[in-house]
Amino acid sequence: MDNFFDLVPLVVMIPLVGLLINLFAGRQLGERGVSIVAVGASGMSFVIAVLLWIAQVNTGYEAAVIDMPILSDWIVIPSANVTIPWAFRVDTLSVTMMLVVTGVGTLIHIYAVGYMHGDERFPRFFVYMNLFLVFMLILVTGNNFLMMFVGWEGVGLCSYLLIGFWFDKPGGVGWKNSDAARKALIVNRVGDFGLVLGVLITFWTFGTLDYYREGEAPIAHHAATDAEAPLFAPTLPGEEETHAVSGPLGVFNQAELWLEEGGHQVNFGMVSLSFETTLTVITLLFLLGVTGKSAQIPLFVWLPDAMAGPTPVSALIHAATMVTAGVYMMVRANVFYHAAEFSSFVVAVIGATTALVAGFIAVGQWDIKRVLAYSTVSQLGFMVAAVGVGAYAAAMFHLVTHACFKALLFLASGSVIHGMEHGHHHVSHGHSGHHDDDFDPQDMRFMGGLKERMPVTYWTYLFGTLALAGIIPFAGFWSKDEILLDSLKTGVDKGLLSGYVGFVLLVVAAAFTAFYMWRQVSLVFLGKPRHAAAAHAEESSRLMTWPLIVLAVLSLLIGFINVPSGFPILGWLLGEHQFTSFLEHSVTYAHAGTFSFLLATFAVLLALGAIYLARSVYSDRVLATLREDPLAINPRTQRAFALSSAKLYWDEFYFKYLIYPYRNAAYWLAEQLDWRFWHDYVHERLLRDPFNAATRALSGRVDKQVIDHSFDGLGHATRRIASRLRRIQTGYVHIYTMSVLFGALLVMILILLPLIRDWLGL
Amino acid sequence: MEDISLVTVVLMLPLAGLVLMMLFSRTEQAYKWAALVTSLVTFGASLLLVRNFDTSAAGLQMVHRVDWITADSFTIRYYVGVDGISLWLVLLTTFIMPLAILASFNPIKDRVRLYYIFMLLMEWAMLGVFVAQDLFLFYIFWEVTLVPMYFLIGIWGAEERIYAAIKFFLYTMAGSLLMLLAILWLGNEAGTFSVPDILAKLESGELAFSTATGRWLFLAFAIAFAIKVPMWPLHSWLPDAHVQAPTAGSVILAGVLLKMGTYGFVRFNLPLFPEASKTFAPYMAVLAVIGIIYGAWVSYGQKDVKKLVAYSSISHLGFVMLGIFALNPAGIQGGILQMVNHGISTGGLFLLVGVLYERRHTKLMSAFGGIWRAMPLYSGIALVIVLSSMGLPGLNGFVGEFTILLGSAGSSVLSWWFTFFGAIGIILAAIYLLYMFNTVFMGALDKEENKHLPDLNWQELWSLVPILVMVFVIGLQAGYFFEYMDGSVKELVDYVNGYVLSAAGH
Repeated sequence: MDNFFDLVPLVVMIPLVGLLINLFAGRQLGERGVSIVAVGASGMSFVIAVLLWIAQVNTGYEAAVIDMPILSDWIVIPSANVTIPWAFRVDTLSVTMMLVVTGVGTLIHIYAVGYMHGDERFPRFFVYMNLFLVFMLILVTGNNFLMMFVGWEGVGLCSYLLIGFWFDKPGGVGWKNSDAARKALIVNRVGDFGLVLGVLITFWTFGTLDYYREGEAPIAHHAATDAEAPLFAPTLPGEEETHAVSGPLGVFNQAELWLEEGGHQVNFGMVSLSFETTLTVITLLFLLGVTGKSAQIPLFVWLPDAMAGPTPVSALIHAATMVTAGVYMMVRANVFYHAAEFSSFVVAVIGATTALVAGFIAVGQWDIKRVLAYSTVSQLGFMVAAVGVGAYAAAMFHLVTHACFKALLFLASGSVIHGMEHGHHHVSHGHSGHHDDDFDPQDMRFMGGLKERMPVTYWTYLFGTLALAGIIPFAGFWSKDEILLDSLKTGVDKGLLSGYVGFVLLVVAAAFTAFYMWRQVSLVFLGKPRHAAAAHAEESSRLMTWPLIVLAVLSLLIGFINVPSGFPILGWLLGEHQFTSFLEHSVTYAHAGTFSFLLATFAVLLALGAIYLARSVYSDRVLATLREDPLAINPRTQRAFALSSAKLYWDEFYFKYLIYPYRNAAYWLAEQLDWRFWHDYVHERLLRDPFNAATRALSGRVDKQVIDHSFDGLGHATRRIASRLRRIQTGYVHIYTMSVLFGALLVMILILLPLIRDWLGL
Repeated sequence: MEDISLVTVVLMLPLAGLVLMMLFSRTEQAYKWAALVTSLVTFGASLLLVRNFDTSAAGLQMVHRVDWITADSFTIRYYVGVDGISLWLVLLTTFIMPLAILASFNPIKDRVRLYYIFMLLMEWAMLGVFVAQDLFLFYIFWEVTLVPMYFLIGIWGAEERIYAAIKFFLYTMAGSLLMLLAILWLGNEAGTFSVPDILAKLESGELAFSTATGRWLFLAFAIAFAIKVPMWPLHSWLPDAHVQAPTAGSVILAGVLLKMGTYGFVRFNLPLFPEASKTFAPYMAVLAVIGIIYGAWVSYGQKDVKKLVAYSSISHLGFVMLGIFALNPAGIQGGILQMVNHGISTGGLFLLVGVLYERRHTKLMSAFGGIWRAMPLYSGIALVIVLSSMGLPGLNGFVGEFTILLGSAGSSVLSWWFTFFGAIGIILAAIYLLYMFNTVFMGALDKEENKHLPDLNWQELWSLVPILVMVFVIGLQAGYFFEYMDGSVKELVDYVNGYVLSAAGH
């Protein structure tokens, strides 16, 4: 069983081969061939991931470090003691991520075959999708921070390519898509700036970037007091130079040891900090990266725009997998975050605030995918907040459940859009001339009553909604409840402010979640069709509905992998917190969630209440004649709704205070300072012109009057030579060049001379 | 009689080719191919340099040393060799030249013979700069590089080529005059112009100069090199030269010529004037960081794509300078690798710009848009090269920048702020490069004249493919490249630090 771990490179290699085949032979293969290759690659990766999971279970959850075949170590600088290898890590955390990425990824690949059918760049789409899998899997399987960073920026690139996939749509749409793509990558780069700095400090602090070395097990915090626990003697840092010598331990165990020891000082370059402060700095810098990738305040602004990409992309990249990379990274670095209390507080506040703010904005959106986008931001906020309150297992659990139900919701929304487009096509063909240009297949105002037209989509959507709203027994209930309870317990048991703040904000956010989701279900599926397109919408093909059904089942069942301890019957039936126990082998500070009947009841009632509220606001009567949102008409909610609709003017703020100033400054620098002042004024007015003037003065007055008069004869001679020289200068390029060539030849001969002399033995 | 070293062979091959070409070629086709074959043979020979290179040795290898001019008080030698610092730059030169020549096949229709003569002359001179170990010999090669480039810009350049060529010439010339004085002074004091000999004399105490003298000499060299790099604010010649030069000229300029400046710092400033290097390191680093940010910012304000790429060089070479003056192994090795990376990526970017210019005879970004639809192959390659320039991990630009930042973060002469501001360059690079990529390649293909642009022809394709390969090879296996420079750089750093320590001890 042990050598099963050696399969891990295949997880990355198979999609890589798949994308290469489609890249070079996509045109010849045709849609069918491309689909088989792409889906096959993704599916085979999933199989490998399952094998790795089985291997994990059978080997007692031992972690393994596997070197990359073909390539040797990546960055090695012996004299600087830098060794950054290409190495994979198989442990329960990475296996969990692999299963999510390849599992959900495969379903989305299948769906995309149907969704992208007929697109002129069908092969390219699947090249990008497989490329995404490659990078995402590198991200989660790498054994060091820099390899993670390869995946981290790589998925960002794929996101750029896929958001801008329809970059050439006619009119403004193509440009809008391209801009959205660019925005995503640049905003992510801002986050990556923090991540890079964090990685640099990590390196100089520990002398390595490896999470754990080969054969090294995480020192469990409870075991650290055991006499036998740390088998390795850590090398203690002394001087700056010797410090760089990488110890035998990976960063996390090294951190544990230093923390236990206490009073460790970090010295490198001109920096000298206590180890605790260093960890705070590192974790805060990492957090900046997280806010970029996982769309948290203040960098979340790119994700809603990212919906410009094809819907399978929104599902795979911008909901299920890529955006959770930040959460994965923080859970991976749970040893750091656990020790850095201040950073954890910031993480909790940012996560919970994002959850609430995004939930609030989601209420005011009309675009079906935009609602889901803000919902994703909000749910990511839940996960980040969970990390902040120390609930690492709960964060991962929510990551897994969210991947299922949010992928489902996106795919179902894609099905809705497809149906609407189909209906619109039907209508505009039926009555030529009757053609409304402002029709938008994603605008929920044009929908309504799709329940009858698209039953599979409706029912699966409903499952996703209930899971997201946190209704028992759907998946979201279990994971969200665990986060809420953990926050509260962090507040009460540990007396940490972050727990209380997190809890309060998240509870409100949860209520918003249920409300905006039911608003959406009402607008899309309930009532009567409000547009001819909706009336003629048709259910999508089997290729698209089949993955929906699978995901719907998952959204119902996946929560059972982590039933909290103390839950009646189910806990006994399915085993308690299985998932947490699984994770504990690689996530040192994962802890199992208990169950509070009171809180669970409260949360479910809250969600049901919000759904009831949404149902009464968006009643069938209102829906029938919908022009404006009822909240926009109601004087009490009018202003709040306007604010939500305008996304709190967040983008406008950035444009006004960051982007325009930067751009205008760039123009000023480029045109005024660098060109007109430095290039033209200084170089031409201040340097060239006075020099020329002086030359003229010399050749004119001084030369003619002084020199000519005093040295008449000499002057004549000079002038004669000069006029000859002038003839050379007067422009025939070949005279120039021949003379220079002659000069160069002279130099050549001069240089060759000693060689020749030496050679001849003179 | 001493054995002729492989270095001499590599150095003289372009000249041999030049002579053969002038003797036997009669048609334009023959000139093109003779030049290409010559540069390819040179590249092949330079690969032997890598094969024969002993990575365990720190000093010069494959040395060829012959007395040239002997006088009573000094000797000037033909003294060439490679070590870990120059090896990859030699390879970069021999790698870029065939690409530049191939990319000239179509655009150059005028004075073809002369053009390829200058190209080979250029290669010879640049190789000379990187292998010369005698200050005087170095200076000659340094100046000779000006000549072919002057004419490449002045004859085959764009509208304002004469202005640009003269400015290029005067600017660099003015800088090197001070260096010449410093070289003459040094040679006179030491009685030799050979750098290893001077270093040996410095180490043994046979030759010594005061701190102040050392600093003045440092500055004299530094100005010549800083202009070449170019470091902010001495960059004013660069946009002119780049924008006016023909495509191959820009490729060589950005790909190799600028590295002569950064190389000069590592080869001469650091070992000859260790005390001054350490004293001036923070100041040099300030200019470097200003260059990183300023270059990136100004790039974003451009409307002409070639100018944008030109200014981006200022930013990228700022990184190189930051690495060098971190004065530790990571920084300097990152700096050297980044010289190579910049040559590859920016050389590639200029080739790409050339492709567009060939087709549309404009370099204004606003004239394009949606090119990806019209030229998919070209655009796909452009994407990779843009990403490499942007420093996407897994590609070559990243390993260089990361190692440089690693060096500057761990540097004992630079404070943390340098790393912080340097890293901002990572964000700014994404801003201007994506602005360029979006404006030119993405968006709707709505301009009639762009709709039927032909995709790459074979010359263009094959001048870009080797670049793509190297982008991945260096990006994925940087360790291989560091291995070759490690010994030499370690010795250099030890020497610089040791010298300062021992000086402090006295």
